[in-house]
Amino acid sequence: MTRATIDGNEAAVSAAYRLNDVCCIYPITPSSPMAELADEWSSKGRPNVWGGVPTVVEMQSEGGAAGALHGSLQGGSLTTTFTASQGLLLMIPNMYKIAGELTPAVFHVAARSLAAQGLSIFGDHSDVMAVRQTGFAMLCSASVQEAHDLAVVAQAASLATRVPFVHFFDGFRTSHELNACELLSDDELRSLVSYDLVRAHRSRALSPEHPVVRGTAQNPDVYFQARETVNPFYAAVPGAVEAAMSSLASLTGRRYELVSYQGHPDADRVVVVMGSGAETAAATAKHLAERGERVGVVQVRLFRPFPASALLAALPASVTRVAVLDRTKEPGSLGEPLFLDVLAALAEASSSGRSMPLVTGGRYGLSSKEFTPGMIAGVFDELSRPAPRPRFTVGITDDVSGTSLPYDDSLDIEDPATTRAVFFGLGSDGTVSANKNSIKILGDAGQHAQGYFVYDSKKSGSETVSHLRFGPDPIKAPYLIRRAGFVGVHQARLIGRGEVLERAAPGAVVLLNTPVPPAAVWDSLPEVARSQIQAKKLTLYAIDAAAVAGEAGLGGRVNTVLQTCFFAISGVLPQEEAIPAIKKAIAKSYGRRGSGVVARNNAAVDAAVAGLHRVEVPSGDMPSAGVAPDAEAAIPAEAPEFVRTVTAAMLAGRGDELPVSALPADGTYPPGTSKYEKRNISDLVAVWDPELCIQCGNCSFVCPHSVIRSTFYPDGLLDEAPDGFPAMPLDSRGLPDRSFTLQVYAEDCTGCGLCVEACPVPVRGAVLARPSFPDQPAPTDLPASPDRPPGPAAPGTPVHKAINLGPYDRDHVRRNVAFFETLPLADRSRVDFGTVRGAQFLQPLFEFSGACAGCGETPYIRLLSQLFGDRLMVANATGCSSIYGGNLPTTPWTTNRDGRGPAWSNSLFEDNAEFGLGFRLAADQQLALARSRLREVRDAVGSELADAILDAPQRRESEYAAQRARVSELTERLGTLDAENPSVRDLLSVADHLVRRSVWIVGGDGWAYDIGAGGLDHVLASGRDVNVLVLDTEVYSNTGGQASKATPLGAVAKFAAAGKRVPKKDLALQAIAYGSVYVARVAMGADPQQTLRALREAEAYDGPSLVIAYSHCIAHGIEKDGQLLRNGMDQQYRAVASGYWPLIRYDAVTRAFLLDSPRPRLPLSAYTGQELRFRILARTDPQAAAQLAERAEQEVRQRWTTYEEMAARGPERFPAADGSA
Amino acid sequence: MDLSTKYLGLELRNPLVASAGPLTSTADGVRQLVDAGVGAVVLPSLFEEELRHQADQDSRLAAAGTESFPEALSYLPDTTFDHWPHRYLHLIEQATAAAGPGVPVIASLNGVSTGGWTDYATAMQEAGAAAIELNIYYLPRDPLIPARDAERRYTEILISVKAAVRIPVAVKIGPYFSSPGEMATLLDRAGADGLVLFNRFMQTDIDPETFTVSAGFRLSSPGESALPRSWIALLRGKVRCSLAATTGVETPADVAAYLLAGADVVMTTSALLRHGPGYAGHLLDGLAGWMHRKGFGTVAELRGLLSAEAGLAVPGRTGYLSAIEQATHAFSNVATR
Repeated sequence: MTRATIDGNEAAVSAAYRLNDVCCIYPITPSSPMAELADEWSSKGRPNVWGGVPTVVEMQSEGGAAGALHGSLQGGSLTTTFTASQGLLLMIPNMYKIAGELTPAVFHVAARSLAAQGLSIFGDHSDVMAVRQTGFAMLCSASVQEAHDLAVVAQAASLATRVPFVHFFDGFRTSHELNACELLSDDELRSLVSYDLVRAHRSRALSPEHPVVRGTAQNPDVYFQARETVNPFYAAVPGAVEAAMSSLASLTGRRYELVSYQGHPDADRVVVVMGSGAETAAATAKHLAERGERVGVVQVRLFRPFPASALLAALPASVTRVAVLDRTKEPGSLGEPLFLDVLAALAEASSSGRSMPLVTGGRYGLSSKEFTPGMIAGVFDELSRPAPRPRFTVGITDDVSGTSLPYDDSLDIEDPATTRAVFFGLGSDGTVSANKNSIKILGDAGQHAQGYFVYDSKKSGSETVSHLRFGPDPIKAPYLIRRAGFVGVHQARLIGRGEVLERAAPGAVVLLNTPVPPAAVWDSLPEVARSQIQAKKLTLYAIDAAAVAGEAGLGGRVNTVLQTCFFAISGVLPQEEAIPAIKKAIAKSYGRRGSGVVARNNAAVDAAVAGLHRVEVPSGDMPSAGVAPDAEAAIPAEAPEFVRTVTAAMLAGRGDELPVSALPADGTYPPGTSKYEKRNISDLVAVWDPELCIQCGNCSFVCPHSVIRSTFYPDGLLDEAPDGFPAMPLDSRGLPDRSFTLQVYAEDCTGCGLCVEACPVPVRGAVLARPSFPDQPAPTDLPASPDRPPGPAAPGTPVHKAINLGPYDRDHVRRNVAFFETLPLADRSRVDFGTVRGAQFLQPLFEFSGACAGCGETPYIRLLSQLFGDRLMVANATGCSSIYGGNLPTTPWTTNRDGRGPAWSNSLFEDNAEFGLGFRLAADQQLALARSRLREVRDAVGSELADAILDAPQRRESEYAAQRARVSELTERLGTLDAENPSVRDLLSVADHLVRRSVWIVGGDGWAYDIGAGGLDHVLASGRDVNVLVLDTEVYSNTGGQASKATPLGAVAKFAAAGKRVPKKDLALQAIAYGSVYVARVAMGADPQQTLRALREAEAYDGPSLVIAYSHCIAHGIEKDGQLLRNGMDQQYRAVASGYWPLIRYDAVTRAFLLDSPRPRLPLSAYTGQELRFRILARTDPQAAAQLAERAEQEVRQRWTTYEEMAARGPERFPAADGSA
Repeated sequence: MDLSTKYLGLELRNPLVASAGPLTSTADGVRQLVDAGVGAVVLPSLFEEELRHQADQDSRLAAAGTESFPEALSYLPDTTFDHWPHRYLHLIEQATAAAGPGVPVIASLNGVSTGGWTDYATAMQEAGAAAIELNIYYLPRDPLIPARDAERRYTEILISVKAAVRIPVAVKIGPYFSSPGEMATLLDRAGADGLVLFNRFMQTDIDPETFTVSAGFRLSSPGESALPRSWIALLRGKVRCSLAATTGVETPADVAAYLLAGADVVMTTSALLRHGPGYAGHLLDGLAGWMHRKGFGTVAELRGLLSAEAGLAVPGRTGYLSAIEQATHAFSNVATR
């Protein structure tokens, strides 16, 4: 047995991997790390306890994983899977089969909310409660240690009873909590899981040597009886689980029960609960019992088969009132599942004479909502009332149905011997990694340590909060730290957030990382921080960590410095122990990177303590009446009320305080709210130089966050412009006396630099700084190719362009943006949609999303919104685009000045094509209705108008404008007609459909190539007028870079750690095979004009269209000049120029296959060599890397040959198909 | 005709060596060169600095975006980004296999740190390299570094590598020492098994249009062979170690000239790049033809025939004056025009 500080996922998979032969996996948060670790171990050849190396296979969906698992079990291998949420739901059909056939297996589930009114990745029991009827036994772990131990218990009991198990624990709260865990050795695992039972399982496998038939179809005569045959097996489960728990206890001393009780021996009030909440509840009950309250907690571990007798045995006889807490909601039920089961058990017992307590049922903790000691105390208080509420919620304010209990959230039951520390940082600054490292250091030093990390809903500029506890005893506190003795503020600007110092306990120590000199630190603090520091008598230390790190040669990496400061001033370890421990950790982390790196980090450790300054806090004579400088961006007064109240609270980190009534009942939210969240996440933003600009539109075309806008307008309007508002004469023929302005929404800019790279205008004649010298090799730089001049792009050399990154003044920007928004927008009928130059004048209706800085997907989405936004319906597959497209608090899909804009929705990951097809079906149906009713009232509304509407062509922008005017006229005329006329009423309700709708099905490659492939294929074959945009990043980006069938040969990804061995699927060719599908493959960084053409042609085609868009991604591992993704568009160029990503269009009307990109003119390595995903294999397995690179080149050549041959074909050689249904 | 020769104590079937370049950077290229007849191949230099730069960049890229977003706490599988030359060592194995037993494969190393030189050299030996060529590419950027300090660097590196490996070690140097002959002698005494003359330092190019500075690179031309040939002629017999000539080989006559000056082997990259790997066969045929015409049966018979050691034909100060006179005469009418 070894002790390690790990998270719940690792704890569970550590056992699961070693006890299985096969793992069938698919990524889904928060269970993905289990699958990733299994894959990693398998690829490194780590054996299971029986000496074999488990096979880990990624499937195309959880449904597929369950199917493969079922088959593998039938083949006699011990097989497992790891999943959560919708993934578990997709396994349900197979779960019935696996259980029905009495097949031992364990599914490990990091339990998570289900998508209902909104998707949530966080933890509750909604998913596992949806499988409680499948016949699986269910065992629930409440902590990291339990996740390890009960994984083994489940495996042993399943093999012993042949009943399959779901072993689950709370998503994030347990799956992602770091805590001390005693890991069982292989020998211990072998002693707990009998090999005889493994052989027995094998002996039941299907085999032609002793064939049997399984999976028959049964008729009314026998199905029922056959269903009842399994009862004895289920009856044996509680005993088998108890036996396994007992073996574990005798081996380790860790004792578990099916149902356990903790609290006052003669309790009158008891809470029944499952999962991590049980730890909080037990600690609270202990605290209250010590104060004389007769309270206790029953923790249920085995939920199915429900252990009624164990429950009854656990409950003290003295109990008169019971509150059963469920971490799920079952709308419309009599009560939630655990409540119903407990109630039934007690009622049944009472009919046999046991006294019946009063039983209430409550809900808590949905979607990882905090569950604190104060809430437990609130539940006990409620049970004390004369008439406790029979159903309740705790942890929220329900002002709609009045379900919520009051509670005192200040109740603090924590052991004073536990050190509590919170750290506020940015995702990019290494705070979380350093804290994870600190936990390991303290764990190694013999302390118990717990770490939990709260992340952001945005992928760019994201903030993190780390909650760390350390102490001499095991830490059982699965909730966030409210009162920290140490608060680390790793980004100076965060100290203005109210939450930061609210978490400081009175007298706590605060460490502030700030570039401000020590003497000026106090004056630099916002008022809100100063008053909190004085009121709570906090001790403030400051350090300029960037300066210390810089001097030590670590560049901007401040984590080592700040970690040292934490150890130096928190006192969690004596300094003479702490510093060597940090250095040991450094040697471990960086040892393989050479002595220089280690030395630099050690130097930073030594300099950190010297650089630390205690800041004098003046005693309370500071002016306290002044208005606190508001570090939280204020929501403008003109914002809609919902934004000013609800959205603003979420943005301020006070969403927990919103009452039920504040939130929409059906998950419908207003669009266009991201514009009210001015995040100011980058100090350097795009800055326009009007003098140099040639008004080409390239910069706004590539901008991932729609922060670069252009318009032209009559010169005279500039009279009202604020000082310094930039403008130039419009550089366009035929429009004299017009000015052009390119406005950067600097407060929304992420500083990614894609625009600077896209700008074709370097200034000539300037003397450049910092030329590169030959002994500073830039080995990965590509020699200039004949068709791509080298440009003045020596690495690190700033070249002044027409758009550059620079600092900005917020007030100045706000004034300019406000004026810019008063300027007229370009008339869509007069804009040339066919050119990049023209497209820049179209208003983006997708803006300021939380996508990564430099995202390769969002430029396509923005373009879509510009081209078709006011008639656009988007069905969005789950993934990055559904998260940055619809993750609260704010929404980037927005409206134009007429209030029109994209209507957007996300159904699921697996069904997006079908969902979008539904949009089309409804639109077609309602259009047909509108046309038929219009014919009926033709004379009444005027035959000329009616005919014009019915016969209107709708393909050009001017035609849409004209049709809109006609429909508006029609609506007006209908208003004057008899309102009771059914035709008139009908027509009014569907008249909008007379303007053609543009239905787009948008998603990533995980959806299109894998989980949604079947549906996509079917929808493309339907002939219906839908458009599909595949944002192909070649991995599951949103869940952290797992391989999909779009992952290219030789690339390393999670689940393809040994390099992808199969070429990427050619989705385009599959679709072309139908003949009726318009197909394009685009890469805007290579040919923006072709992208524009393809999107417009796809939309115009009256049938299914598929556009596959190369989208560079953070998971590719690319950077330029140290800036992530900055060369994304250049990589798109290289992908095309090397022949890896041929640009194509297949026109289903003319049946012509067009090869839009020229013959490959770069070696494939000029593309792959730039990306870490391709480089990794050369490090880990150079031989395989070389072979795969060779194969990849062959593949590129072969495909090119095929495409060239196709481009030469006449239409008669493509399948003829009628274009539309 | 016996073209065989010895270089660094290794038996070579002929004195033509394909030096570091794109052709020797793949096993396939090495195979083509060996098929065309070369006596040995030198792999492209392994640059420690490049490995470190790449490891740093890769580590940074792998960490990018991690621990920021709850669904994606990382984006790539957990990998250690060390600066170990996995690919280069693999190339040595592949190239050695492609070259077969008769043609030695020489690895080339350009280190930065002491550990880098010795660790990589040892690894190259383990991977099967027949010898190591130290490409000590050292530019003292500080104009005040004393010449002795700069020179000592060469011998220190050589001594540390020699101490670490069993296989022969050659040193490739440039001509820009105050006394290149002494430098060569020092290296010889320090244990060099061979000297490769000369390195052509990459120098900077400046583009006056775009105001950029870049690392220049050009293939060598026959005119550049005079300098190394003169030094080989001077050093022949003065040093114990082998001498390799490199730079400016275009025709069989150039090969012959180097051998006459005293080179043990003659290296070329430029000619093979200009004409393809098969050109090695042309050079060797031409050499054999010339030897036949001139009545030489073995390379040993002609090696160093026109070296200083042989007491023949190396122009001294009088030669220099005579050359000036010839030039003055040849270009006299240009001055008066």
